[in-house]
Amino acid sequence: MKIKDIYELPDCRFLVKGDPEREISRVFCCDLLSIAMSKAPAGGVWVTVMGNKNTLAVASLTDTACIVLAEGVSLDDSTLAKAEEEGIAVAATELPVFDMALQIYKAGDL
Amino acid sequence: MSEALTFNYKIDGDDFTRAGEASSSVKNKLKQLGLDSDIIRKVAIAMYEGEINMVIHADGGSITVTVSDSDITMVLADHGPGIPDIEKAMQEGYSTARPEVRSLGFGAGMGLPNMKKYTDEMHIDTVIGQGTTITMKVHI
Repeated sequence: MKIKDIYELPDCRFLVKGDPEREISRVFCCDLLSIAMSKAPAGGVWVTVMGNKNTLAVASLTDTACIVLAEGVSLDDSTLAKAEEEGIAVAATELPVFDMALQIYKAGDL
Repeated sequence: MSEALTFNYKIDGDDFTRAGEASSSVKNKLKQLGLDSDIIRKVAIAMYEGEINMVIHADGGSITVTVSDSDITMVLADHGPGIPDIEKAMQEGYSTARPEVRSLGFGAGMGLPNMKKYTDEMHIDTVIGQGTTITMKVHI
């Protein structure tokens, strides 16, 4: 599955497109940044309700491919600009974490 | 690479919005040096945890990263309160972080355990009321 395949999911809107051709390794759910820091898989899609500057820092350091903000959470413009710069895709959804992660998991046959 | 490369960073205290910049910078430099991505990930995680700890507990400090042929050494020094019980602090889940820090997603008591887990050597030198110096090495 590639980032661009997630673009197609109806419940998910992209705030930063990232690299559409980047291959996805796994879906990962976690809201504690300290745990995400040690567990987020490289090349993963990380679904979380934690939307602050540090979310992006953790994504960048763990080489996460795409952050999906659940439950209507968003990121401020400067953080989105930074994500753009770092080539990390950012999407947002109104769905709860599990429902969104499951959709991506099913769509990607991960 | 025959001569060791050294990078120095000053970490601002209590500025969460900038925490992680030094680790990101090191990560990018190691990438440019062509190091293995697993090694870069280990260094980035260990250093970020240390950087966050300095911001949470010690009002900032300094980090020196040295890259030699055989390893990457990170020395994190602060003038914070010191760690009264290292054994307790090394337990996963033990945290003394403030509630507002926890609301940002930190303070789960994973910082020091993660630093140990992702490095090959770690040494903590702490004096109550004077500060803490943590030295970590990742072998290449």
